[in-house]
Amino acid sequence: MSTAVPTPQTSGPDPSGPGTTAPPPASAGPAERSRPGRRVPWTEVVTTLAAFVLAFVVGAVLMVVSDSQVRSTFTYFFARPSDALTASWDKVGGAYAALVRGAVGGYGPITATTNQAAPLICAGLGVGLAFRAGLFNIGAQGQAILGAVVAGYLGFAVHLPPGVHLVVAVLGGLVGGGLWGGLVGWLKARAGAHEVIVTIMLNYIAAGLLAYLLTTTAFRRPGRTDPISPVVDWNATFPRLQGGQLHLGFGLALLAAVGVWWLLDRSTTGFAIRAVGANPHAAATAGMSVARTTIITMVLAGGLAGLAGVQAALGPSASGVPVPLSAGIVGSVGFDAITVALLGRSRPLGIVLAGLLFGALHAGGLAMQSVAQTPLTLTTALQALIVLFVAAPALVARLLPFLRGRRLRPVGPAAEGGLT
Amino acid sequence: MTESGRGLRLRGITKRFGSLVANDGIDLDIVPGEIHCLLGENGAGKSTLMNVLYGLLQPDEGEITVDGRPQVSRSPKEAIAAGIGMVHQHFMLVDVFTVAENLALGGGSRGLLDMRRARRTVRELSDRYRLDVDPDALVEDLPVGVQQRVEILKALAEEATYLIFDEPTAVLTPQEIDELIAVMRSLRDEGHAIVFITHKLREVRAIADRITVIRRGRVVGTASPSDPESRLAELMVGRAVNLVVDKQPARLSAEPRLVLEGLSVASPNGTLAVHELDLAVAGGEIVCVAGVQGNGQTELAEALLGTTPVAAGRVLLDGRPLPLGSPREVIRAGMGFVPEDRQTDGFVGSFSVAENLVLNQADERPYASGVALDLAGIRRNAEERVREFDIRTQSVDTPVGSLSGGNQQKVVLARELSRPLSALVASQPTRGVDVGAIEFLHRRLVAERDRGTAVLIVSTELDEVAALADRVAVMYRGRVVGVVPPTTSREVLGLMMAGVPVAEALAGAAATTQAEEDAALTPGGEVAGHGEDPAPPAPSEEVR
Repeated sequence: MSTAVPTPQTSGPDPSGPGTTAPPPASAGPAERSRPGRRVPWTEVVTTLAAFVLAFVVGAVLMVVSDSQVRSTFTYFFARPSDALTASWDKVGGAYAALVRGAVGGYGPITATTNQAAPLICAGLGVGLAFRAGLFNIGAQGQAILGAVVAGYLGFAVHLPPGVHLVVAVLGGLVGGGLWGGLVGWLKARAGAHEVIVTIMLNYIAAGLLAYLLTTTAFRRPGRTDPISPVVDWNATFPRLQGGQLHLGFGLALLAAVGVWWLLDRSTTGFAIRAVGANPHAAATAGMSVARTTIITMVLAGGLAGLAGVQAALGPSASGVPVPLSAGIVGSVGFDAITVALLGRSRPLGIVLAGLLFGALHAGGLAMQSVAQTPLTLTTALQALIVLFVAAPALVARLLPFLRGRRLRPVGPAAEGGLT
Repeated sequence: MTESGRGLRLRGITKRFGSLVANDGIDLDIVPGEIHCLLGENGAGKSTLMNVLYGLLQPDEGEITVDGRPQVSRSPKEAIAAGIGMVHQHFMLVDVFTVAENLALGGGSRGLLDMRRARRTVRELSDRYRLDVDPDALVEDLPVGVQQRVEILKALAEEATYLIFDEPTAVLTPQEIDELIAVMRSLRDEGHAIVFITHKLREVRAIADRITVIRRGRVVGTASPSDPESRLAELMVGRAVNLVVDKQPARLSAEPRLVLEGLSVASPNGTLAVHELDLAVAGGEIVCVAGVQGNGQTELAEALLGTTPVAAGRVLLDGRPLPLGSPREVIRAGMGFVPEDRQTDGFVGSFSVAENLVLNQADERPYASGVALDLAGIRRNAEERVREFDIRTQSVDTPVGSLSGGNQQKVVLARELSRPLSALVASQPTRGVDVGAIEFLHRRLVAERDRGTAVLIVSTELDEVAALADRVAVMYRGRVVGVVPPTTSREVLGLMMAGVPVAEALAGAAATTQAEEDAALTPGGEVAGHGEDPAPPAPSEEVR
């Protein structure tokens, strides 16, 4: 997991380096005028791209192995190899072509991608922000559920004029998620409870709470006995562009990403969050309150994950109206968010890109299933493989040795050499 | 000494990290029966070289031979098999295990634990080298000096001929250092080869048979133990170094600026780490708190900042009670703080130089307006501080974690001295810092004193105490044993650090001259004689 926490750019351990050899006051020369942290992390970009390639290669193997027709051509591989190769190529090429077409092949697919990506980006920001403060927020799922519950309830139970209703419902969802996350921060700061345990448990509680609420008269749709809520008011639904699934929620997700970037890189609060995350002892010694920063971070992280729930409750589905609240309203967005944050290196831009990628895999996977008869679960496997390879850069370096020249030693004795 | 065959020879060892050459064609001969000192500043490449030798790093060029046979160590295991042992600076021991259990952890026993044999090994080796280690003691209960001997035992149990000591004296008291030196001598006389890595000149001269000086990854020369310290320092730093701090007599403020009244601090396990301590520091003077590590100095310093809660008593800064318990308020009240462990408490390693220079004032003007950081203001400040403090960094955006120890400490000190201070508390301000930087840091501390700030320095280095202090308060088990002038002899200070009251310490130190004795007896002597209530109530007066 530690790869997700931003580490200093490992430009090689520097035992004596600038310390003793640099000519006297070597302050910023014109070449180094670049702003802090603006360097392109090439190593990470290369590793991530390599992880994609490897994931798709393994995915292709899985497809070939799991298709009985293709497999049968391999039984006479040495007699007529062309059959097996052609069948494999058709299978893999067809599936991936369907995947790409379903994700980015035209206006409809692209908006389907943004629709899938929006909640992933929001929840990913919630996980990533907490990572930056050194907190493992496994509770995006529960926070998203709370966001969905509050936003959904405000969406169908109260009736307000256009505009106002949407704002109220969105803010309600943010507050719901924020409180659910803030509770974790408060417990950690005041009682020393470990956030991983607390967030996991609160996920169960949130899921149970949703299931219970759907049995109450306040939430259950009149005339129905199964746990499903009324449909959200049109006034509380995210407006969308005609003919596709691109709705306001995606704009909110991008706005949230910009907001998190500003918070982390440009605000005093973000300075404290990063300092506490990187070294809580030094932060405390410098007069920052670790407890306060923890609570603030978890409130914000919970609010962001809550926004993902808001997207699920208020975002129009393919049919044009939002999906009513039910037990599976947020899907597994809270857990996918962890992988999004990991892939995005806990940086807002990275999370947006990772969210779009996973959104595209989701959207394209549906097309792949219907067009190329490849099960949707393959996209889940692809996601898992990408994350696996990203999380294990040493594995990538071993599988693709030509990258090793540019890769830098991740950890280990080399780092100790710098301690002289 | 280069009779081919016997010994460990390094030829042309080169190790690069990216564009940085940490070791550049280093030749070294390590011969059994010799103590070979490897002297160099922090970042000179000593530890890199030893990590190459110990198999933790692979050299890019060069070869190592043991008794004439080429030796390639791809891991410490292979180095150990070749008879190379390492006594690490940070002990590699399991605290909750006994000495024998720690020994059994190392190689040798495959699968089955032979505790009886481990215990016997400890006893045999301990007797043979007079290490005096109980095999059944829990490591966590042992003093640091004995823990270090356990590390030595571990290396000996693996039948190491070549023993590498990586900065072994950093954590020891003067008496423990003497004991370690005796142990190293007996190891040498038993035919072991010892590599002693250090940057402390006094120790080198006391113990070395041969000295190799490394600077910027190269061997810049060899020296003999009889060479004066100034020559060794010059070789190490590459220029003449002033080892004595130029200091005018202290010009004290009329009123003490920092006053501690009956301060008690509890340690985490519930006992009192600091016991009803009274101390007053006037503006314009440096008071050094000397003492062996772990006698309450750490807790005292942290309590003054507010990161450790105070059990009783109060602290006055310029007559106003300090809001203890809130580091933020203490910092705002005009207290500067240089933490003891700068890696942990002093800076955020992944933050840039510029960010670390405003770490405790990032939410104040001119570094922030409202909740927004003022990046231009932060950068301007950083460029000024880097120039003023001669911080050697590629740019103000470089992460502080990649700077050398001395430059890291300059960043910490620059941050604290960049705002107007009433008092400065500095813990171990030059620990792990090279000679060149020590000189600079000492000058800045004295300059801050001359600006009228009350400076309290906690140090376990007697050299530093002697160089900086206007008065020395010796701490033992949470109490001040006595306050003495800095001219007090090392023997007396050493005895006081072991808890002996001033009067007895003076009587006990035979080497003390009459003059020093007179000087030392004046302050606090009679009070300390009571033993139970050693803190002199108004110590600042005696010096005036």
